[in-house]
Amino acid sequence: MEFTDSQTERYSRHIILQDVGVEGQIKISEGKVLIVGAGGLGAPVALYLAAAGVGTIGIIDGDVVDLTNLQRQVIHFTPDVNKAKVLSAKEKIAQLNPEVKVIAYQELLSTYNIFDIIKEYDIVVDGTDNFPTKFLINDACVLAQKPFSHGGILRFEGQTFTYTPGNACYRCVFDSPPPPNVVPTCSQAGVLGSIAGMLGTIQATEVLKFLVNKGELLTNRILTFNALSMDFRTIRFGKNTNCPICGEHPSITGLQTYELPACDLKH
Amino acid sequence: MKIKVNGKTQEFNQAQIGLIELLQLNKVTNPELVSVQLNGLFVKREAYQETSLHENDEVDFLFFMGGGSLSTLNI
Ligand SMILES: [Zn+2]
Repeated sequence: MEFTDSQTERYSRHIILQDVGVEGQIKISEGKVLIVGAGGLGAPVALYLAAAGVGTIGIIDGDVVDLTNLQRQVIHFTPDVNKAKVLSAKEKIAQLNPEVKVIAYQELLSTYNIFDIIKEYDIVVDGTDNFPTKFLINDACVLAQKPFSHGGILRFEGQTFTYTPGNACYRCVFDSPPPPNVVPTCSQAGVLGSIAGMLGTIQATEVLKFLVNKGELLTNRILTFNALSMDFRTIRFGKNTNCPICGEHPSITGLQTYELPACDLKH
Repeated sequence: MKIKVNGKTQEFNQAQIGLIELLQLNKVTNPELVSVQLNGLFVKREAYQETSLHENDEVDFLFFMGGGSLSTLNI
């Protein structure tokens, strides 16, 4: 493919960047990224990927914009309250970069649709708040050999790592979801709004690195930070031989029943 | 005895400490919330009770953390 003058201008700061260049920008433009959740993490991820010129961005979220979202979900504005989140996100992306093709799934990710949806994309971004969905994304991506970026935030802290086939997965760290209602969600325990931006931009960066195939991804290590002390750490972890899905004797060979705690359903 | 907990050195008078006790000292009252890596290897949850730490051990606590958007799941 060849860039038009206006594309060359739009992406000039990438094109002059060593390790990206025209070649890298073409890879970004051909990239297909699925963002699960148009919330705190999905918002910055979608904005930065759209600005970077990712060719196709899929966004799946069944929710509508709520006033409490605006404290951190920076892709949604005050007039968007009560609008479908995927629609609100699609409108912003169209204004930011009309060249991006946005596929909006105004539905919930489930065992029934996940394989069909993720197979259309190069990489998946987990921007969800609940553990059943995080395990669903992990299991489907491991079984389908699909790279994904894990992200989690709570209060003043964040964690993220990147899965690529053959490397450690989420279940290598956490073999099964926590018991329902033991781990508070952001809606129960709160979250500093800008934390979502800190973590989401790291996830967006991982996606861009993955697309241009440069640098070292956060594979086999998990990055955690605490914004109060502003301490960042990466903890190395290998593939866990006891992992129930990617270990030596996997007990999980298909998708599980992933139940949401009752309080989350009501939200 | 010195142990590295989440990258920071902690000192103890005794020569060993139980993992559950160390978790409690670090304000982790519910072991179900945390995944523990000891000297680079994950400790099975069933083994938390019988695991103890010694001089120069390095231990990392990894916590469950949610994220951005709530209603993305439907079974
Ligand atoms: Zn695994």
